[in-house]
Parts: sequence; structure tokens; C-alpha cells
Amino acid sequence: MGAGHQRQLYRPGDTLVHRLPPQCKLLAVACFAVVVVATPREAFWAFGVHVLLLAVVAAVARVPPAFVLRRMVIELPFVVFAVALPVIGLGARVEVLGMSLSAEGLWAAWNILAKATLGVVASVLLAATTEPRAMLQGARRLRLPPLLVQIAMFMLRYMDVILDEMRRMRIARESRGFAGRDLRHLPVLAKSAGALFIRSYERGERVHLAMLSRGYTGTMPVIHEGGASAGDWATAVLLPVAALVTAALSWSLS
Amino acid sequence: MTASPQPPPSLRVGELAYAYPDGTQALFGVDLTIGAGERVALLGPNGAGKTTLVMHLNGILTAGHGTVEVAGLPVRKDTLPEIRRRVGLVFQDPDDQLFMPTVREDVAFGPANLGVRGAELEHRVREALDQVGLPEVIDRPPHHLSFGQRRRVAVATVLAMRPEILVLDEPSSNLDPASRRELAEVLRSLEVTVLMVTHDLPYALELCERSLILSGGVIAADGPTHEILADGDLLAAHRLELPYGYVVTDRRR
Repeated sequence: MGAGHQRQLYRPGDTLVHRLPPQCKLLAVACFAVVVVATPREAFWAFGVHVLLLAVVAAVARVPPAFVLRRMVIELPFVVFAVALPVIGLGARVEVLGMSLSAEGLWAAWNILAKATLGVVASVLLAATTEPRAMLQGARRLRLPPLLVQIAMFMLRYMDVILDEMRRMRIARESRGFAGRDLRHLPVLAKSAGALFIRSYERGERVHLAMLSRGYTGTMPVIHEGGASAGDWATAVLLPVAALVTAALSWSLS
Repeated sequence: MTASPQPPPSLRVGELAYAYPDGTQALFGVDLTIGAGERVALLGPNGAGKTTLVMHLNGILTAGHGTVEVAGLPVRKDTLPEIRRRVGLVFQDPDDQLFMPTVREDVAFGPANLGVRGAELEHRVREALDQVGLPEVIDRPPHHLSFGQRRRVAVATVLAMRPEILVLDEPSSNLDPASRRELAEVLRSLEVTVLMVTHDLPYALELCERSLILSGGVIAADGPTHEILADGDLLAAHRLELPYGYVVTDRRR
């Protein structure tokens, strides 16, 4: 119980961005990401504009920069990969601070870093202004495959239950003197993971029975429609359209 | 239906037998009838076939032999949707029962599957939550509620389907004394037939006039709860025990 204290992505508020219907925001972020990827990597100024656009969204949503920065750690694996590229890259080399780096690798690293960062920031802003369950309602209204939406919904609902179960298993292990310190303890942890999987699977079966008992026939009943008005859509497309204009300018300039 | 003035019994089970696919025989011919508005406890030790019997009541398992009728309607493939509306099953672990992101959506799930929409749906949700005394949790996620609250919300999720009979699997398990009392108050206030599956004998005595003992896959006893609980030999024969220091005196004597 007491769901997610530190891994809270959502930041409650009542701003223009918070109030937008989730499906509008989802689509806006997806389009923004595509436009960012389509922006040529040489157009530094265009990326500057993209950053500015996101900064405006963050300001309107009253999401402080520190909040966004802390939640960007998810990007770390990409950063590691991007940092490796100039070192392992082939082709022409350039001297930077006494190191011989691949020019092509540098470009590739910049390309990955810039585009991934913009995508991550946009997603963090989306998550900060949209409750997880609203996100799923939005996904359903965008007519994403209902099965996937249902799976995500159950994940959301049962994440805490399963984490709680995991915590209880860890306490039970440690109460009997186990401490997972090195590799030799891996089999124990693997067995715990297996047990957790089976428990979750069995819970899935019980939940399915409970659903059948209340007349489930394979589709979730749509309870509230909550459609988006033309005004909502017009507000939401501001971000990707502004980004698209920027990208289009950079295409024509290059 | 016939023109008889008496409503049909809420539940009639006749000669119900069932063996699991692996050959384990769980029920050996169960006969029981529960009249409309009755509150009945189904007592039995672990492994007596209680849960198997419950699964037959709304057609999750279908009878290997015998019949189940809910308010006169037999459980068959073609009657399943109506049977599942009439039989409200409350599972033992409320986390299995409450699977939607908010209480409102969860309580609405059943009636929405029956085609109820809009204002009528909202009315049903509020009515069911009022019945269990938790109108204020409507917008909360189920996993943020206390265990006792979750169990009561689980009851509301089936009440919203306006069932003929409410079937509760171990309703008092894991509840602290206050939650236990609150649930008892809720159950007593409902005007619906209740079948309570339990081995919590004092709770059966508190809530149910009549009790059945299911043991070894058959109904071994059927009578007023205080008589059954006063019969120490009968209880002992079926691995049932009152808590330490608890004595029930037979009111007939």
C-alpha cells in the first residue's frame, strides 16, 4: 500500500497543460518526438528552439526544471552509449583535449543525445501533467489496441501489490539470515523471482475469475467518454506544429 | 415461471457432484436450498469443497452431475450472463476483486457489463457504496484503502449488479475486530439473500440464523446455527472448532 512515494512522476496541478485531455497530450508528444527525430543534426539552432518550446510548456505547466532533471536519469543508458560512440567510431579523426575521436562518432553521439534528451523531457512533462490512469484512458480514446491498454491498466493496478509481495519475500529471506551480497546468492534471488512470477500468475487467474463473475466478456466497458473539444486539440497541436515549423525551416536552410 | 404465490428459492442445488480434471473428486452430491432473504453460513474445514461449490454457483465451474438453480433459473451456458448478475460472488482477497484504477470504475464494472450507462450507472455506483457505508472513497484507487475498506468495496462491486444472492468467501478473514464488526453491520443491513462461506464459527453465529456443514463433499448438517454450534461432537467430527473459551448453549434446552 501507500503507492509510489519516490518514483512519483505525476505532479498534481491545475494548469492549462494539466487540464488538456490526455489523448491530445499523448498525440502531441508523439508528433513532437517524430519531428525532433526528423530535424537534421547539423541545425544546432533548431534544437535550441525545440528546447525553448519545451521550456515554455514546462513554465505553463509550472513544472520546475529540477523536477524534470531528476527524472531524466532514465536516459542514462543512452548517454553511456552515446559517449562511447566517438571513441569507437570509424572514419576521420579529430583531436579533442588530446584525444583522437571519430568525427562521425561525435556527430552520431550528438545526434542521439540531443534527440533522446528532447524526447525524454517531453515524456517527463507528459507524465508530470497526466495521471497514469488518465494516460491509459487517452490511449484507449486514441484507439490503441484494447488488449495492450488493458495489460497496461492491470500493470498499473497491480504494480504496488506485486512490489509489496516482493518486499515481504525479501523481509522473509532476511529474517532468516540471508543477505544477497555476491554472485553465490544469485540462485536464491532467482528462485524468489520465480516464486514471485508464479504468485503473480496465479493472482492473474483469480482476477480473471473475479472479472468473469461480474460479466466480463473480453472487452472493458467504456464508462466515461470524455472526448476532446476542437479547442483542446488546437492547444495541444501548438507544440508539434511549432516544432514542425522549426524543422521545416532547418530543412530549407540546409 | 408458474403462478405460485411463493417466490422460488434464491438458490437450489441438487445432487451436485464434481471431479477436477485430474480426477480428484471434490463434491459427492450436494443438496441444498436457500430461501429468498435468508442468511446462511456454509461451514466446513479446509479442503471440504467449499470453494469448489462456490465456483459452481455462478457457473465458473459447470456441474459434472446435478443442477444449480438461482431464483428458478438453471445454470447453463446460455443463462450465464443472467446467472452472473443474480449471483454476487465476493472473493476472499479483495485485491483479486478490485482490479480497476479507481473505486468508481471498479464498482461500475459489473453493471456496465450489463449494459447500464450514464446517470443510471452513476446512481448504481453511489447506491452500492452507500450500502457499504463508504461513499467517500469513490474516487480513490483501491490499493490506497485499508484492508477492511477494500473488503467492503468488494461487496459494493457485486451489490451494484443488484444480485439475488450474495456469496461471500471467508468474509471475516484478515479483518481486525473493528473492520469485522463494520462488515457485519453492512451484511446485516442488506435486504439480499446471503450465503457466507467460512470457518469463523462466531461470525456465522452472529450473522446467520441457519448453517450448513459441508464436509467430504456432501452436506453433513443443516440446521439453526446455535444448535449446530452447540453440538460439540458434530463439530469435532468435521474438524470445526469454536475459539478457546467460547461456549454456545443450545437454546432448545
